[in-house]
Amino acid sequence: MTALIYLIPIALFLGGLGLAAFIWTVRSGQYDDLEGAAERILIDDETEDS
Amino acid sequence: MNAHVVDPTPFAQHLPDGKSRLELSVHGAHCGGCIAKIEGGVGSLTGVGAARLNLSTGKLTVSWRTGALAPMAITRKLNDLGYRAAPFDPKALARDADEEGKFLLRCLAVAGFAAANIMLLSVAVWAGHDGEMGPATRAMMHWVSAAIALPAAAFAGRPFFRSAYTALKAGRANMDVPISLAVILALSLSVFETLNHGRDAYFDAAVMLLFFLLIGRFLDHRLRMRSRAAAQDLLAMQATTASRLGANGQLEAVSATDIGVGDKLLLSPGDRAPVDGEIAEGASDIDVSLVTGESAPAHMTIGDKLHAGVLNISSRLIMRATATTDESLLADLTRLIETGEQGKSKYVRLADRAAALYVPLVHSLALATFLGWFFLSDAGLRVAVMNAVAVLIITCPCALGLAAPAVQVVATGRLFKEGVLVKSGDALERLAEVDAFIFDKTGTLTLGRLTLANQETIAPESLAKAAMLARASRHPLARAIVAAAGSGPLAKDVYETSGCGVEGLIDGARARFGRADWVGVATDPGQDEASQSSEAWFQLGDQPSVRFQFEDKIRTHASETIAALKDQHVNVEMLSGDRKAPARHIADLAGIDQWRANLSPMDKIARLKELQSQGVKIAMVGDGLNDAPALASAHASLSPGTAADASQAAADFVFQGASLSPVLTAYDVSQKARSRILENFAFAALYNVCAIPLAVFGFVTPLIAALAMSGSSIIVTLNALRLSSYHKEGAIR
Repeated sequence: MTALIYLIPIALFLGGLGLAAFIWTVRSGQYDDLEGAAERILIDDETEDS
Repeated sequence: MNAHVVDPTPFAQHLPDGKSRLELSVHGAHCGGCIAKIEGGVGSLTGVGAARLNLSTGKLTVSWRTGALAPMAITRKLNDLGYRAAPFDPKALARDADEEGKFLLRCLAVAGFAAANIMLLSVAVWAGHDGEMGPATRAMMHWVSAAIALPAAAFAGRPFFRSAYTALKAGRANMDVPISLAVILALSLSVFETLNHGRDAYFDAAVMLLFFLLIGRFLDHRLRMRSRAAAQDLLAMQATTASRLGANGQLEAVSATDIGVGDKLLLSPGDRAPVDGEIAEGASDIDVSLVTGESAPAHMTIGDKLHAGVLNISSRLIMRATATTDESLLADLTRLIETGEQGKSKYVRLADRAAALYVPLVHSLALATFLGWFFLSDAGLRVAVMNAVAVLIITCPCALGLAAPAVQVVATGRLFKEGVLVKSGDALERLAEVDAFIFDKTGTLTLGRLTLANQETIAPESLAKAAMLARASRHPLARAIVAAAGSGPLAKDVYETSGCGVEGLIDGARARFGRADWVGVATDPGQDEASQSSEAWFQLGDQPSVRFQFEDKIRTHASETIAALKDQHVNVEMLSGDRKAPARHIADLAGIDQWRANLSPMDKIARLKELQSQGVKIAMVGDGLNDAPALASAHASLSPGTAADASQAAADFVFQGASLSPVLTAYDVSQKARSRILENFAFAALYNVCAIPLAVFGFVTPLIAALAMSGSSIIVTLNALRLSSYHKEGAIR
């Protein structure tokens, strides 16, 4: 059972990392335009010679 | 692309850092290609620093160095690219970064994280109940759970705690009161148990409760945001600008609200009159269909009165404002709309009605449980409190909180796919309750535009030649000819005489297309003015003249839709502002027996009020400005996507396309949604009937509470999802 002493904090830390990452994505407005983001990847970059 | 271009200058914001910013609602952007075209096109204008299009909301934000370009260049560019754009009024636009939605999403994330991690610990505790886990390990598990649950609940429970606090302060009780009470009591009890090395703790139940309820809350919020975005979009379309003629004859763009009485305004073809006024110079054909519902345009000249909202069709006019926007007919209508909407906001949602019954019942049960255990048994205070809290937790309206929003999200998503935009969740509930449908005629039962009626009797050659003249005109009859003939060349030396017709040279011969007396055809003296305005004559050189007849075609599937509504024992009535003869014609075609014609907007409301006083719940379907007040005061309302902006703003549902069948679809889906919601409530009640006795008599363990709660939530959600796959038998396609 002593393994729990470090396993639980590790599990919580990893979960917390995920939570922090999610909250960061919300804060930075990455869910404001879900349709646009899906389409933007298909837009060709403007190249120098074009 | 000769559509009307708005000058957005009055709506540009000048920021202190020397930049200007403009937010525009752009219509017609649907794909990545549109993003590239719009952002590239606008970004290439000199001086523009950044252009960013949000495809989900259709909002384009442009910023540029102040003075580097005229804001009009942006809308003109968008128009050239083929998109209709209207500026958002920065004053009217609430700071819409959707802070509330982000807040709920953060709460949801924290609750989800906490629920998942506490559940891992709880499952271990439950599994070790038969003695494999020692009391010390169990205590540690509980302490770790507490360390996660307490801060998580304090963070994620805020939406409920706040709302419960406001309600209690106002002396009311809402759904959030029992929720907050259950969460707080469950957590306190669990901490107490942990301190006393007890066996059972409800940390998982408390946090999971929050998690499920937040899902419901978030869905509900999303739905409301979507409808608010639609409303703001329509508001932008109404934020019209006008060209005012200065004392020295120079033109300036002003916001319609800045127009004063006596101002002279330039009205180009394609412009709508921003305020009430009269014609000061010029003569033109005026389309009044959105204001009065009459489909044929009227010819107006100096001194004639123009109502706000009428459309100038053929030639440039100068009008003198006789009222400001606050005093115009448009503003009167807006006020009527607002009064109607206030009536609507009194509607109590199904979920709230259920909660009003449910909350007192559950609280008295919990109290009875406490009293019963405390006085009738010798188990003591601790067991009595434990069981009373178990009752509160197990009855907490988790399924109730999810029951309505989940169904409404699925139903609106489904209707959206069928081309029906639903403006709010309770609109669905209201539409399901109606027992009468009232239709407007022009633009609602009909398409609202004239089409060529006697094409089969006209030689294709005559049609093609008439179209050579018609292409030069914006008049509805000319447009109908062009629509029938397709694309082709333009005649030479074309000249339009407002109120009469178009003339020009075809193969060297003089040709005229227009009114009978102007073309030179003897008219039937018995024929009235109205039927003359729905026909036109074409004459080329010495050849015999050709008669073109036009009609406002009825929408496809109109009679089927009306018949299907009647089959469902719904009364159908038609109210029209148009004259008797065309109204009777359309009513016969659609199969409507009850109809009235020659009605003013006030008459329409009066008829609605009369029916409402008899206890009839009405769904109004209309498109004109004259229908907007009726739309707002009806129990539920629908309008086609071609309707006046004010009407679309007032309606609960906006449907696209040339068919009337979306009305039926919306009615069917709303009824299905209502029965799903009621089923969900019934299920929640059934679940409580089973679970409450267990809780009252002290058999509920944290494991049972967790299973019951997630089980009921999942069943309610699955029942809601059934709605997305149903197919109505014999649905009109």
